[in-house]
Amino acid sequence: MIAILDYESGNQTSVKRALAFQNIEAVITADAGVIGRADGLIFPGVGAAGQAMGQLRKTGLDVFLRGWVAQNRPLLGVCVGCQVLLDYSEENATQTLGILPGKTRLFEASLKEEDGRPIRIPHIGWNAVHQEKDCLLFEGIAQDAEFYFVHGYYPEPAPECVLATTYYGKSFCSVLGRQNLWATQFHVEKSGPAGLRLLANFCSYCNSL
Amino acid sequence: MLSKRIIPCLDVRAGRLTKGVRFADNRDIGDPVESAARYYDEGADEIVFYDITASAEERGIFLDVVEKVASRIAIPFSVGGGISSVKDMRDVLNAGAEKVSLNSPAVLNPALISAGAEDFGSQAVVLGMDVRRVPVSEAIPSGYEIVIQGGRRPMGLDALAWARRAVELGAGEICLNSIDADGTREGYELTLTRLIATNVRLPVIASGGAGKPEHLYAALTEGRAGAALVASIVHYGEYSIRELKEYLNARGCKARLDGSA
Repeated sequence: MIAILDYESGNQTSVKRALAFQNIEAVITADAGVIGRADGLIFPGVGAAGQAMGQLRKTGLDVFLRGWVAQNRPLLGVCVGCQVLLDYSEENATQTLGILPGKTRLFEASLKEEDGRPIRIPHIGWNAVHQEKDCLLFEGIAQDAEFYFVHGYYPEPAPECVLATTYYGKSFCSVLGRQNLWATQFHVEKSGPAGLRLLANFCSYCNSL
Repeated sequence: MLSKRIIPCLDVRAGRLTKGVRFADNRDIGDPVESAARYYDEGADEIVFYDITASAEERGIFLDVVEKVASRIAIPFSVGGGISSVKDMRDVLNAGAEKVSLNSPAVLNPALISAGAEDFGSQAVVLGMDVRRVPVSEAIPSGYEIVIQGGRRPMGLDALAWARRAVELGAGEICLNSIDADGTREGYELTLTRLIATNVRLPVIASGGAGKPEHLYAALTEGRAGAALVASIVHYGEYSIRELKEYLNARGCKARLDGSA
């Protein structure tokens, strides 16, 4: 069974629906006991980093998440749930979980699109995800397959954690990870068949452990 | 590089899919849930639902449709029509939509945009603009006026000024609908689309008038829109979403196709 972390971040039900779509059983919960019995944990998120961290600290889930990763149990962060794994976010100048080295930065307004025009911020829409390393999450997904993004800030982890990159005014990290920890900046639950496949890959791995 | 999005728009009345011309003469054209599922399978990048009657009695039926659609598609889903309070926004988001499209009520009460952005984030708030071409005047320097209530009520408000205001208030995207072009299948209003898309730094979704694949190409290149809303062109089976995307890709305008290896 897969647990989806409930911390009032908005899109847990979308993740649950995306799993239900492929008959993958999941439970939305904030209960450490329930999560402890799960095979893997999905850590979703929309909204601002400051608000997300506030909620995680208030509920003690920040400590729980650090412990989960320390035990090398499988975790998939999504969007804000990806960004807050790093040390710091420029959004609301927030100290984040510090599970992976790096920070989350605002897209610079000076960045240009291919046609030389300034980029529109936030980055909204479908963009190619270039797989930089082999990763079990990418099985069955084409190189440069497109996923759905909605974000004004982007993760900048230590280079060894970069699994895939995307170009928007500059190349940024769109999938990061280390050992049993992965995170996607894009909304994997809203990315059509490619996103569903990535989710299924994560869940099959969790269930195989 | 971002792909250009193709977004089918489904107008819903009393739980059924409907389509009009220039905001009138609506007729029943099918089941909204089945249609949404079909567009998803064809490769739609997003789906928009509008509750076009938005009457209190039928709201429950509409929310039920929203919930059913949400369980059948794994792409972004926007819902508009009849959203005039934060509670209305929460209702559709809870039913499974990611975004709300604010239209007439936002013109009457601009604070609705900031309230929505604050509670749900800018990414969840799409400003829907219904616009009509008018003679240039002191009040309407762009020559495009905001009209509300299904095209019945001109507001004396300049479309470009309103778009800029909405950005400040926290809208995350703009869905720009030309009433002059709506349902005509004669092409998007390119001058209007380009005017807003070049002067506002939010993604602009062009709406109204698509009848041929080249109309989409024009809106997404010359018009500088990031996305094209489609209705009649796909509702009657004339073109599939996939055919439209193949056409765009063949002309060098990047659209997302299947991502499986």
